[in-house]
Amino acid sequence: MITLGWLYGLAGAMFAAFAITSARDNSNAKRWGNAAFWGLLAISFWFGDLLGDRGNGVLVLALVVIAGTGRLGRGSVESSTPESREAASERFGNRLFLPALMIPITAFIGTLLFTYTPLADSGLLERHWVTLLLLGLGVLLALALSMAWLKPPASAPIQEGRRLMDSIGWASVLPQMLAALGAVFAAAGVGTAIGSIAGQIIPSGSIFLAVLVYALGMVLFTIIMGNAFAAFPVMAAAIGIPILIHGDGGDAAVIGAVGMLSGFCGTLLTPMAANFNIVPAALLELDDQYGVIRAQVMTALPLLVCNILILYWFGFS
Amino acid sequence: MTYLPLLGILLVVAGFALRFNPLLVVFVAAIATGVLGGLSPLDVLGTLGKAFNDNRYVSVVWIVLPVIGLLERYGLQERARTLIGRMHGATTGRLLLAYLVARQALSAVGLTSVAGPAQTVRPLVAPMAEAAAERQHGELEHETREKVRAMSAATDNVGLFFGEDIFVAVGSILLIQGVMQSDGVMLTPLQLSLWAIPPAICAFVIHGFRLLRFDRRLGKRVS
Repeated sequence: MITLGWLYGLAGAMFAAFAITSARDNSNAKRWGNAAFWGLLAISFWFGDLLGDRGNGVLVLALVVIAGTGRLGRGSVESSTPESREAASERFGNRLFLPALMIPITAFIGTLLFTYTPLADSGLLERHWVTLLLLGLGVLLALALSMAWLKPPASAPIQEGRRLMDSIGWASVLPQMLAALGAVFAAAGVGTAIGSIAGQIIPSGSIFLAVLVYALGMVLFTIIMGNAFAAFPVMAAAIGIPILIHGDGGDAAVIGAVGMLSGFCGTLLTPMAANFNIVPAALLELDDQYGVIRAQVMTALPLLVCNILILYWFGFS
Repeated sequence: MTYLPLLGILLVVAGFALRFNPLLVVFVAAIATGVLGGLSPLDVLGTLGKAFNDNRYVSVVWIVLPVIGLLERYGLQERARTLIGRMHGATTGRLLLAYLVARQALSAVGLTSVAGPAQTVRPLVAPMAEAAAERQHGELEHETREKVRAMSAATDNVGLFFGEDIFVAVGSILLIQGVMQSDGVMLTPLQLSLWAIPPAICAFVIHGFRLLRFDRRLGKRVS
């Protein structure tokens, strides 16, 4: 069976190649920092399960020290010029979209095949990770097609991939770091502390105010944790279930679903949701690392108002 | 009940606001929170390390970068621009609106990771949105270009967040069901996913309206 471990092997190989080519990039004054950072990620993907919890903790500490002391840089040699790209674009035409689209389409069709046909029971792919594994397959197919068709130098995928990876830099592991912070928050009892505060400020007798505290609590806690998944169990246990459902007789399906989606409005507003808000800003090379969040504010706030009204109207009708 | 660990949250907020390196902020906040919550520093390091290792799948998506980078070298972004530049009636807002529909629909059938910032926004959506703006308004100022790119990423997020919960087998639906069940409230995933539809419609209307208005604002900004 093809498991997530295979994909980790592939990712580890890619980061190892980034580390080696970084070390040899004379145009980057901070090349050793980059080499160490990507090298540590290769170790994490390949040997993470063998390092033990504290070993992984030390690996995290090393990544933090490299990034926190500003030892990540970028090479200054451009691999292509605007003119050469323009010329290649004319020459290869719209067929250039084919490999790019091949990745999502492989994942799309593959997921359908592995969900709704007898392939689902074939045991070929680890069930929980089907789409991600097929995304990996799509990448390999697209890479093979591009190499055969465009005939670039053999090192081109690594050099070009590293160019993008360096432009993302430390932001590439921030989502993983924040997930780890969430685990520490949970172990330290942050969730229960917030839940108990929220539970204390509920005004009695007003369903609307209770709904308001529930929804705003979801938003605020999601902004803090970067993840509505962490907020939901706390707010549901503090307000949603005891007060809104048992106390005021609200519809549990509405309280649950729309409560969670109120939290998603918070996800649109927080740098703690780094993979959605900070990483894209880096990937799109925005000057303002909060640019994506700024673009989302005026969607998130009206949507939150809608969610509160849906909770109040449909949850208690 | 101790409220001391909440100080860790203040550290995170202050660190992000003062724009220290976020990895550093998160690490320091984690150690501080854990210690205030009664864990030993070594245990915090272990908890942090274990969770980092368990969440590697979050970073595995970077394997698309070599292909995307390679195609960029051969003019993928330029091609995306040319294609949109020739399309009459294509505006930034309408293009992003079409992407919003597609992203919500794909997420609603469980296909959340077929699109995303690395898979679709950087190579295709953002260059197309920029090209549509250029086609209408000519050369873009730097600040306008940034706004178009940011809106492309924002549209990807809105489509994902307010589509995925319509799918019955998504993690958040199962989480809601589990939390409710542990308190004796029985729900089926289908009930929950049905109630994800009204917020999804609101999200589409609100963000869609903003996208169409974005076209008009681009026009004013340029003229």
